[in-house]
Amino acid sequence: MADDNVDDVKEEVPEIAPFDPTKKKKKKKVVIQETEDDSVDKVPEKTESLSASDGLEIPFAGLKKKKKKQVETSFLNEESAEAGGEVDDHADEDGEGEEAGQQQQRYPWDGTERDYTYEELLGRVFNILRENNPELAGDRRRTVMRPPQVLREGTKKTVFANFMDLCKSMHRQADHVMAFLLAEMGTSGSLDGQQRLVVKGRFAPKNFEGILRRYINEYVICLGCKSPDTILSKENRLFFLRCEKCGSGRSVAPIKAGFVARVGRRNTGT
Amino acid sequence: MSELDIQIPTTYDPFADGNAEDSGAGSKEYVHIRIQQRNGRKSLTTVQGLKKEFSYSKILKDLKKEFCCNGTVVQDPELGQVIQLQGDQRKNVSAFLTQAGIVKKDNIKIHGF
Ligand SMILES: [Zn+2]
Repeated sequence: MADDNVDDVKEEVPEIAPFDPTKKKKKKKVVIQETEDDSVDKVPEKTESLSASDGLEIPFAGLKKKKKKQVETSFLNEESAEAGGEVDDHADEDGEGEEAGQQQQRYPWDGTERDYTYEELLGRVFNILRENNPELAGDRRRTVMRPPQVLREGTKKTVFANFMDLCKSMHRQADHVMAFLLAEMGTSGSLDGQQRLVVKGRFAPKNFEGILRRYINEYVICLGCKSPDTILSKENRLFFLRCEKCGSGRSVAPIKAGFVARVGRRNTGT
Repeated sequence: MSELDIQIPTTYDPFADGNAEDSGAGSKEYVHIRIQQRNGRKSLTTVQGLKKEFSYSKILKDLKKEFCCNGTVVQDPELGQVIQLQGDQRKNVSAFLTQAGIVKKDNIKIHGF
């Protein structure tokens, strides 16, 4: 955390930390371009704190996998000794670094006496898994959320243009998502003629993202297997989340707006 | 003899983590800290769900002094007393309440964007 950019430093509560798509990472190996000039030993620390702060598997899109790969390899070329165990010493010869696994010195600990680190072994097992059973290797990122498109309407309203799209990609009722968004933002809003969500107040795209992220954690993701492939149903006044993948279920809290202060009309309280 | 010692770890609750994560239907009484936008860039923070035994006015006084902001206690017909503060004090309030031992960190829910 400490080595992060300014916008990360000022946020201490991970729950409401600002969302920055460039920092989002799924796999340990993803290294962001700007860290390249940083000293290498900071990298594992960074990825760790990131993964700790978000329990969420669904990334908001915009990260191109291919780009990441390139970044990663260039990173490895420079500092082959580190980067969380995904290292191939022959990355520079092979260019891509993906096929390098067949070389004689395929692991960073080859030729040394030291113990393997957990990260290195983890990387190794995932490499093997990717080679043989790609579908098991955690690359199942079929649900990729596009970032919210947010427009200002006048000075006091915000339009969430692709709200419906995002609801559909989460397989949730627009009503439910809307109720959550509005409750969290402490404001009111409605769908307009083009099925866009119009809310009162000014909000940035990252505001919506942060709340959607929490929505997904609470009402979409299966806690057991992290699959977003779930069904939300209402059974005698309680909401239940059932996972399509592993079949587990849990009850989820109903959405409550809670206390909403009366604002406007020049009196804050009373 | 030494076998007796082995029993001690059974006090460890293997499900403790699971329970803590359980966001399920209202098993816990949360203190909700919310933010609301007002006109322009102004906002206000509300704190709902503090135990009734606490003196709201005293807490409010400390909060106001600590964060140098104004605030009131509002009586809500359904939710009881709610503390209202000017500005986005969510992190401040959360830190204050945990530090003062008024609420445990797990029992605080910060809402908003
Ligand atoms: Zn599941």
